[in-house]
Amino acid sequence: MKIRKTAKSGPGAAVQETACPDTAAAQQEREALVAQLGESDTFLDKMRRMASDNKLAVVSAVVIVLFILLALFAPLLTPYDFDEMDLLARLAPPSAKHLFGTDELGRDVLTRLLYGARVSLAVGIIPTIVSMLIGAVLGMISGYIGGAVDAVIMRLADVMLSFPSLLLAMVIMYTLGDGIVSIFIALAVTNWASVARVVRSETLSLRETEYVEAARSIGVRDFAIIFRHILPNCIPSLIVLFTLNVPAAILSESSLSFLGIGVQLPNSSWGLMVNMGRSFLYNAPWMSLVPSAAIMLVVLAFNFLGDGLRDVLDPHLKNS
Amino acid sequence: MEQMLLEINHLKSYFFTRKGVSPAVDDVSIRVPKGKIVGIVGESGCGKSMTAKSVMDLLKYPGRVVEGEILLEGRDLTKLSAKEKRKVRGEDVSMIFQEPMTSLNPVVKVGKQVREAILIHQKTDKAEAKKRVLEVFREVGISEPEKRYDCYPHELSGGLRQRVMIAMAMVCRPKLMIADEPTTALDVTIEAQILKLIKNLCATTGMSCLLISHNLGVIAQMCDYVYVMYAGKIVEQGDVYTIFDRASHPYTKGLLASVIHLDTPQTGHLSTIPGVVPNLMHLPAGCAFCGRCQEAVGRCRAEKPELYELGNGHASRCFLSIESEAIHE
Repeated sequence: MKIRKTAKSGPGAAVQETACPDTAAAQQEREALVAQLGESDTFLDKMRRMASDNKLAVVSAVVIVLFILLALFAPLLTPYDFDEMDLLARLAPPSAKHLFGTDELGRDVLTRLLYGARVSLAVGIIPTIVSMLIGAVLGMISGYIGGAVDAVIMRLADVMLSFPSLLLAMVIMYTLGDGIVSIFIALAVTNWASVARVVRSETLSLRETEYVEAARSIGVRDFAIIFRHILPNCIPSLIVLFTLNVPAAILSESSLSFLGIGVQLPNSSWGLMVNMGRSFLYNAPWMSLVPSAAIMLVVLAFNFLGDGLRDVLDPHLKNS
Repeated sequence: MEQMLLEINHLKSYFFTRKGVSPAVDDVSIRVPKGKIVGIVGESGCGKSMTAKSVMDLLKYPGRVVEGEILLEGRDLTKLSAKEKRKVRGEDVSMIFQEPMTSLNPVVKVGKQVREAILIHQKTDKAEAKKRVLEVFREVGISEPEKRYDCYPHELSGGLRQRVMIAMAMVCRPKLMIADEPTTALDVTIEAQILKLIKNLCATTGMSCLLISHNLGVIAQMCDYVYVMYAGKIVEQGDVYTIFDRASHPYTKGLLASVIHLDTPQTGHLSTIPGVVPNLMHLPAGCAFCGRCQEAVGRCRAEKPELYELGNGHASRCFLSIESEAIHE
């Protein structure tokens, strides 16, 4: 240390002496080295790592995309209409004409499966997005502001979580009447609480970070801090939550339709198809088994993808 | 008499914990003249950062300012509304933090983070603000500012990140910059560069700087005035020459003795101040330092010393200081 010298020669003089020779080239070299050694692990890097380490997650992603494409292009993929009856070929077993057989009114099961995928996937994705938006906003507000606001929002979430969600969804469905929009609302309302909890706990730790303090120190409003600094840091957990909540929503819709309060005939959904096939389980097992298999496949795919994403995105599991 | 930019008068910031009240900042008065660099030095946990955070109103629950005034050009910051405080932060007073690794948001491009400060305080469009950011980047010595603008923090080295932090603090041309151990996390070569940068910025823009450090070398190089803090109180203050040449308080002397000099013969032992900082909730009845002070006498354990004026702005919170001063005269 140069205290002695400084104390004699004055505070101003010493600075120039101690500054090291700082040529542009040397600095760049040093920075390149640091960049190489540093944790340059962006979101894309993580995705790449997942693609190479976790084949199951990749297959799951392919399955999900495939189902979405099948649902979108359903009319082009099948010669039948979803409510087109062929009364001469009722309960026909799988054949070249009807790949997955027909139901009790001679409707093509494959066709109904593809059209049902539209409903099931939409029900899986749209209410999940809505519930995540609600949950994320409430969770961030709750975690950031704290105090009474936090207590009110979290108690509300506790109430939601203490209710059997299917029962709550049924009540909402009965109140709002049948229809796809009612299902959306029912599922969105029942699912936000768990999202809010996760986002709140995330916000609690993000709120204490130095960059949030730094943002406050330059005068950023709380509102802007929440949306520009905290939200982007919650995205990894939100992606994982999304992939876990979508299958849950698909299953809820299946349950509601199975119970007869979800999608109504002649429209098609996977849960409804399972329900309709129930009476013919012995004579025409394909009626239930095909949509059941589809539900299982999609739900598993979302779960595996979620696991894969969590493995690479969650810093707590990083050392594996 | 120099013109004062910042006057902290009898500031008390306490932490109200379940176990009791902890006086992190206890009756601290600090003056920062215009265009000067003022240093606060002390051990970990002595209240340096809490003083700075009180000025910025960044104290976290359960801490808060209890008493005292913080005058910035005569305006008491503690009496402002939340909206006015926000306007002061960033525009009049800004802060650089200790850890450049964690004080930038990892998922936001650094250029955008700096630009945020301009967009909050000035009425400009984004393109204009970006131009201004690039200017400031050049000013703080960031090479290839256009390229760095779109970088994420993890793509930059520690030194560059600290330069970005300084750019963020500088971009609205504040009157006062608070640097809370700005170089503690950096290696020595980068430390020298960053300190030189801060010093040059103060000289060229006329900005004042409140520099917090536990490194006496840094303080000696940078500051015009020095405040030594111990257990939430100022124990000695004076201009940099006085503190380093004629330190009066035993604590300051101890700190100075603990510094290794390259040109002193190695005697085998590093000089240290024995003991640790006392718990702020259970301070001794007398001088807070008496438990560790080798010169302590009976009076030190019974009575709390005041901050005694020794002339020429030099003051020391020690009974012995006035006595030795009396002997000198």
